[in-house]
Amino acid sequence: MPTMEFQGKQYEVDEDGYLVNLDDWNKELAGHIAKLEGVDMSDAHWEVVNFLRDYYQKYQIAPMIKILVKEIGKAMGPEKGNTKYLYELYPGGPAKQACKIAGLPKPTGCV
Amino acid sequence: MAKVPKPEELSKIDYKPSKKRWMDTPVEFKEGMFCHGTRAKYLETVGFPNPREWSSKDEDWKLPENWKEIVLEAIKERLGKYRSFRLFMDICVRCGACADKCQFFLGTGDPRNMPVLRAELMRSVYRRYFTAPGKIMGRLAGGRELTYDVLKEWWYYFYQCSECRRCSVFCPYGIDQAEITMIGREILNLLGLNTDWIAGPVANCYAKGNHLGLEPHTIKSNIEFMLDDIETITGIRIEPTFNRKGAEILFVTPSGDLFGDPGTYTCMGYLMLFHELGLDYTWSTYASEGGNFGFFTSMEMAKRLNAKIYAEAKRLGVKWILGGECGHMWRVINQYMDTWNGPADFLEVPVSPITGSRFDNARATRMVHVAEFTADLIKQGKLKLDPTRNDHLKVTFHDSCNTARGMGIFEEPRYIIKNVCNHFYEMPEDTIREKTFCCGSGAGLNAGENMELRMRGGFPRANAVNYVHQRYGVNMLANICAIDRAALPTLMDYWVPGVKVTGVHELVANALVMKGEKERTQDLRLEPLPGKEGAENV
Ligand code: SF4
Ligand code: SF4
Repeated sequence: MPTMEFQGKQYEVDEDGYLVNLDDWNKELAGHIAKLEGVDMSDAHWEVVNFLRDYYQKYQIAPMIKILVKEIGKAMGPEKGNTKYLYELYPGGPAKQACKIAGLPKPTGCV
Repeated sequence: MAKVPKPEELSKIDYKPSKKRWMDTPVEFKEGMFCHGTRAKYLETVGFPNPREWSSKDEDWKLPENWKEIVLEAIKERLGKYRSFRLFMDICVRCGACADKCQFFLGTGDPRNMPVLRAELMRSVYRRYFTAPGKIMGRLAGGRELTYDVLKEWWYYFYQCSECRRCSVFCPYGIDQAEITMIGREILNLLGLNTDWIAGPVANCYAKGNHLGLEPHTIKSNIEFMLDDIETITGIRIEPTFNRKGAEILFVTPSGDLFGDPGTYTCMGYLMLFHELGLDYTWSTYASEGGNFGFFTSMEMAKRLNAKIYAEAKRLGVKWILGGECGHMWRVINQYMDTWNGPADFLEVPVSPITGSRFDNARATRMVHVAEFTADLIKQGKLKLDPTRNDHLKVTFHDSCNTARGMGIFEEPRYIIKNVCNHFYEMPEDTIREKTFCCGSGAGLNAGENMELRMRGGFPRANAVNYVHQRYGVNMLANICAIDRAALPTLMDYWVPGVKVTGVHELVANALVMKGEKERTQDLRLEPLPGKEGAENV
């Protein structure tokens, strides 16, 4: 199993670089993954990440994009409640990239 | 993840084969063309052999020491068990009719993606070990040693076939490469050689009831969310039931419809239609998957997953099962279920409670495809429809391989679309109905890491869509399959930007005039309806 090194510690990741253990996650590590992804974390970015983690705790899966969009609209104002805004924050995709930074497993999307 | 080349590069396909004979042409694993190997935990969940951590990019795949013995034994067993398999190993006359019929050959130019050669990968081993001439003359009789490289070649190419059966339509003998691929994959699974993308959903479905791993409260909350949107659009609050004993009908759809756009709009479509009919039906959070990734793994696994639907129907005491818009789900139901888990005689032969029509075609499986159900409603004049609400759409229909070649559903979805939309255009004849091209992502190929393969395999389909897009301005690609809804949006964005993807029941619900609804200004995607662009609420 591949690993990722951060501050002298090894973390298990899958073949696409997603953390394997949810509990390995912390804010510093998230910041590090974001840097590798080329994402500069602002408050808005953290809003998404925090929501994803809360949601995952409750439902054991990342939310439908629709739910994320609505939630961000609620938290940051209706003009930001759309997929376009989420893609501006996470050009690699709100599901794929934001989940990676939030330490969630790679989203399976629809099978 | 490997970067996908731009469409301009990808469309330059080199069809010139190597000068060497195929057996002497080594296989090169190309990034973007194959999936990750499965993680151990998924195999452990279903009790499959050889769970371990490995990578399909490594030299060493950590196989059991006696892997060769296992493979040969498995071939022998299946030759005895499936007459079709022995026949397909023996009768090919190499006429080549199938060669250019596979979308993966058309999209890659790789000779090993010609159906005849894909079969030959296994057939050569069959000859060497199971026929007299092959045992004696080896290569002269078309035989080939089973080596580690051959095994890897199998893995690489059996996961570049979407089991779509297009080749079988053109073969004068009806040789069905899909069945050979299925057996190939089944044998690979005896060594723990599945892909992560297939094994994950299988384990999820086995443990939690659906491929995505949605838990009961997640399913309910996702549906609640859709109900909120439906209320915004129609002013009607729908209250479906879950796991309700004594309901007349159990409804089962692929879990993709409960999670990802545009499948969720299809799901809203079912909810609205069933509400309008006052249908006595229930959802299940246990049998919460119509699809069957077990089918891409082994017969045994497919059977285990399929059994859940019928166990739930029995537990709830329903009369019959209604199934959603899915592809391979229907191949399994229509062609395998009865022998595996039948007879389903604890259920009744399905009768539509609305029209009284009896679905005799489903008398063995007791499960009706929602497209048949809805086409019948329309035919009997039971729905009030306003097709002008879909007037902003120019629609074409993609036949999913499995509903088309696996059960012959051609007319029902077209009949529905023509009744709910005013603008419908067919793609060229050689690319639809039983000759339909695969989306390029079927049979568990819809992962992220093999994106180049998917874009290549989907190229012929996209090409046909592009034709009607250019010619008639088609902007909506309808289908009745959840894999299509997940895979085609990516394919369209890549090859034919501007064409969106929809399930048929999304179109139905847009047109459906419901009792007590407010004046609609939005479609199911919360976008303004034609002519209602300035209306409030938008
Ligand atoms: S079944 Fe489909 S994907 Fe497989 S070889 Fe035949 S045409 Fe190609
Ligand atoms: S069309 Fe049939 S007989 Fe001809 S080469 Fe293909 S598989 Fe063989």
